[in-house]
Amino acid sequence: MSIYYLFQDAKKCIGCRACEVQCSSNKALSAVPKLCQIMTVGPKFVGSLPRAAYTFMPCFHCENPWCVAACPTGAMQKRDRDGIVFVDPELCVGCKTCMSACPWGAPQWNEEVGKVVKCDFCKDRVDQGLPPACVTVCPTDCLHFGKADQVRPVRRERYAKAMAGIE
Amino acid sequence: MSNEVYSLCFMCSIRCPIRVLVENGEVKWIEGNPHVAGMEGNLCPRGAAGIALLNDSQRVQSPMIRSGPRGSGEWRKASWDEALDYVAEKLKTIIEKHGGHSLVLGERTQLSTHVSKTFLRALGSPNHFTHDALCKGSVNVAARSLFGYTDAQISIDYKNVKHLVLYGRNFFEAIEVKPVGAFTQAMENGAQLTYIDPRVTITATKAHRYFMIRPGTDLALNYALIHVILDEKLYDPEFVNRWVQGMPALHDFIRPYSPEWAEQETGIPAQEIVKLARTVSKDKPAVVFHYGYRGAGHPNEVYFRRSLFILNALMGSIETKGGLFFKKGPGEEGGKPARKLTEQALPKLEVPRFDKVGTPDFPLPDPNHGVGHRLPHAILNEDPYPLKALLAYRFDPLLSIADSNLTKRALDRLELIVTIDINYSDIAWYSDVILPESTYLERTDCIQQANGLKPQMLLRRQAVPPRYDTRPGAIILKQLGERLGIGQYFPYETMEDLVRWQLEGTGFTLEDFDAKGFVAYGKRQIFWDRKDGLKFKTPSGKIELVSSLMESAGFPSFPPYTPQAAPPAGHFTLMTGRCAQHTHISTQNNPYLNALVPENCLWINDREAARLGISDGAWVEVTSRCGSGRIKAKVTDLIHPQAVFMLHGFGHEAQAAGRSFSKGVADSALQENIFDPVGGSPAYDHTLVTVKPVRN
Repeated sequence: MSIYYLFQDAKKCIGCRACEVQCSSNKALSAVPKLCQIMTVGPKFVGSLPRAAYTFMPCFHCENPWCVAACPTGAMQKRDRDGIVFVDPELCVGCKTCMSACPWGAPQWNEEVGKVVKCDFCKDRVDQGLPPACVTVCPTDCLHFGKADQVRPVRRERYAKAMAGIE
Repeated sequence: MSNEVYSLCFMCSIRCPIRVLVENGEVKWIEGNPHVAGMEGNLCPRGAAGIALLNDSQRVQSPMIRSGPRGSGEWRKASWDEALDYVAEKLKTIIEKHGGHSLVLGERTQLSTHVSKTFLRALGSPNHFTHDALCKGSVNVAARSLFGYTDAQISIDYKNVKHLVLYGRNFFEAIEVKPVGAFTQAMENGAQLTYIDPRVTITATKAHRYFMIRPGTDLALNYALIHVILDEKLYDPEFVNRWVQGMPALHDFIRPYSPEWAEQETGIPAQEIVKLARTVSKDKPAVVFHYGYRGAGHPNEVYFRRSLFILNALMGSIETKGGLFFKKGPGEEGGKPARKLTEQALPKLEVPRFDKVGTPDFPLPDPNHGVGHRLPHAILNEDPYPLKALLAYRFDPLLSIADSNLTKRALDRLELIVTIDINYSDIAWYSDVILPESTYLERTDCIQQANGLKPQMLLRRQAVPPRYDTRPGAIILKQLGERLGIGQYFPYETMEDLVRWQLEGTGFTLEDFDAKGFVAYGKRQIFWDRKDGLKFKTPSGKIELVSSLMESAGFPSFPPYTPQAAPPAGHFTLMTGRCAQHTHISTQNNPYLNALVPENCLWINDREAARLGISDGAWVEVTSRCGSGRIKAKVTDLIHPQAVFMLHGFGHEAQAAGRSFSKGVADSALQENIFDPVGGSPAYDHTLVTVKPVRN
């Protein structure tokens, strides 16, 4: 299982999609494959206030990744060391089975090479102690990356602050 | 072989500090400069798309000389010598015949603006203008009328704001990285956000209060807020008594503008206006009524912008944490600013400006920027004199000045149009010669004098060699100047030479920027003493509600409010604005940004659309007195019934920019060239249009 967790503090997200652009640019991909994507729902009026949801969708790097199980060539793999799920382009034959298998649409089609491409948490950066590209540039710092058992309890902190009534 | 370069982004005009990683001559990574507080990796989507601009094969790759009719797209490639000789010969002939002042240079303000100003003045022309007046000329005049400083000399301490009130300032879409980060943090700490706009934006979805105001009536809302604030004595008495001049006049003026009156005008319930005044004032002085970024909506713009500054003055939110502050220059730390070429002894100019700024006809706009939207009138009417040549320097009159048909008719009267640009902008496409500029990743630029709470200097550094046959603008102008006999005003061969010349006498060297990309004059944050140390540059030394600047020019400080009539039946007020993925007119062809937002559409209120038989996604024809266009409708309850909205910057006609060519409609094709006669801003949101379904 991936020991990492990419937490989106959606309250801070402004749906600007800097994460998407930095991801594509860092991977030198065309604009079509979206290894991560902000999915916007709304805006719509909730009472007198317009509200929208901006949901960040990278790969979740599952404990039991269906894409890996589905891959007939062994291209889709889970890294032993930390559970990062990635695709080896040398082994990918472009059968797209992983795209069918993933419940969240994480594997993407890279038409330029006729193979699948997907979020690998920028493992080359992670290996250098750096956060993934998307997390690095987020202008509201709404994306957090770390070990799953060490992520700051942002929501609890915010809730506690709101409830405390001492400010 | 890899290296890192600290530099400045230029995907928009904010100039965010960045760190660029280069491997074997290729830019591999750009991020916010980690040494700059508030940047620390962060970028906006446009900043993240910088490498795509660098590598874009659809930008101008070499000098081009037109070989067919203007706008036909028939070009021949030229060498730099050939193109510069060609332009110089044409200019010489024009200047000999019509004088230096027959040349106009328009540019989007940038770090080498002092170079282009020098170029024009050396040729005997006063006709340099920047895009500033088109964006916010009236904000500049409003600020000067009250404080004696321009809006550019004022900033906001977002990090400590407790209540931010935004009037169509689409803060979370027209992104400035540092302020967005700082205010997001302030909101996390409990800051309130009130958003006022006839249209729901992403900013509205983040606000604690949202008012769908009737288009063009923001000034009425502010007069009612001031009414309540004076009536209920919600202002900061200590600050107002010490620093604000003209309170009795404001009291007299504001009496009729009650919340009930404003409810009729704005559509915002009177009790909500009262509540807003009371709520905001509880957090004074750490409250900000944002004075605007673009300030170019309506003919009363200067009075609206003044009302915003006045609200801040009443709250005492001037030169305080969480409020507005005046930017401090190197002098506050005993330092010296970088030199500018304009400091040289240049010929005296004898003729008025083409836009008449600084004359009794147009006394108040800032002559440092001029008023670019007067260009078509000046050309067509030969008033004050004939103009014959235009140098468009990363500024596009066709898509930036309202009424592009009028602008095109004016351009057709010119003998020479030369464009310095990176992209095939529409003006490049319509030019006689294109002199391609290197991107921000391929050139070193002039020093950025970054005044603020801590005065600093920043530097844009070349990260990689130019990918194509392009040059920095300041080199292009120097090489053109040499051919025109004014070479002595450009004492440099390379951009590094020019930066070294600028730094002489400052105590800093070019190498000082290597480590972090900037140098600081001091370490402390400088706030002036609010009791005795505020240095307003007005004649009275105070905040002048009754403005000597305006009154002496013959304009009243408080003219009666002119009601904004509802659009006649079948008409809508056309509004324009921005999204996070594009900068004005310059990024629509960027591969990544184009893919995210490829075209604009027309927002129209769902009830109005139903009445007109328009369904969501259907093609409509939108028509004004100036022009018309076909565009897809976005039918929604997120916009006021009296308004329609489209993003600015689309409808490009340059075919060589293949991704953006012919996508969407240019707002400038529809907008009338009308403006605020006092402050100089265009009235971009004041044009009436009709909308009808297109039957196929």
